[in-house]
Amino acid sequence: MRMNFDIEVRITLKPGILDPEARAIQHALADLGFPTIRISTARIFSISIEAEDRSRAEEKARQMCERLLANPVIHRYEVEVRE
Amino acid sequence: MRFAVVQFGGSNCDLDAAHVLSHVCGVDTDLRWYKEGLGRDYDAVVIPGGFSYGDYLRAGAIAARTPIMEEILRHAKGGGLVLGICNGAQIAAESGLVPGTFTINAYPKFLCRPTYLRVENNETPFTSLYREGEVIRLPIAHKEGRYMADPEVLAALNREKRVIFRFSDPEGRITEEVNHNGSAENITGVLGEEGKFLAMMPHPERASEEVLGSEDGKRVFLSMIRYIEEKG
Repeated sequence: MRMNFDIEVRITLKPGILDPEARAIQHALADLGFPTIRISTARIFSISIEAEDRSRAEEKARQMCERLLANPVIHRYEVEVRE
Repeated sequence: MRFAVVQFGGSNCDLDAAHVLSHVCGVDTDLRWYKEGLGRDYDAVVIPGGFSYGDYLRAGAIAARTPIMEEILRHAKGGGLVLGICNGAQIAAESGLVPGTFTINAYPKFLCRPTYLRVENNETPFTSLYREGEVIRLPIAHKEGRYMADPEVLAALNREKRVIFRFSDPEGRITEEVNHNGSAENITGVLGEEGKFLAMMPHPERASEEVLGSEDGKRVFLSMIRYIEEKG
């Protein structure tokens, strides 16, 4: 039987990779009176799919990251499956 | 001899590239809408600049995964030439034609300006009509053009002379001040593994006629034509 799974995919930059957007936002926040020690950006995809079980749902989401959602040169990703 | 210029939704340098090829360089050129595929064999395929799929996700990421790119990969594996310009370079990197990636500029804004480039290798199908070390002037126009690759990849590119263009000053010095988008080692043109595909962020098609202020880009296309002629 196939079930519905809600998946959250979180794409972040690998450590040490320059995050120009975060740097610009950090400057803007500082100008507004919010000095910060560190800011990084991430991208979250909320995905619902059908799958036989939890591990297959997770495997599908990982394939999505490998094939399209993340760029292995600069990104790493995390997958969280919720039923 | 026949060239194809591929059009994606959001390509906007397609007509410029086709104009330079057919009217300035005098080579037969077809515009190919990506949904229709290549449809025949070509000697060279140009992936032009623009904003395919609105740069959604990452510039070039979605176009890189369309069926016509599989055709272009087969064309390249069969020895055909591929030139990716600007968005075309981003697509070429996303599809694995060249290693590394072109990502958001170090200072995250759209840069549109003339730049000086040093030709690092003239023994390629794309640069044979330049001198090695020659400084040329081509415009850039991008927000996601900062070239990045792992240190091992950069070492291999240098070792194999697959770095083709670097941002330089007018005297050919490679300095941080002229590294417009913050690319690794000022790199803005790289060659694929088989040496038959070039991905470059600057626009040679916008500098191929005297009336536009520079003809320096024309020799990219003329080099390709010469390579195809000599190959027979």
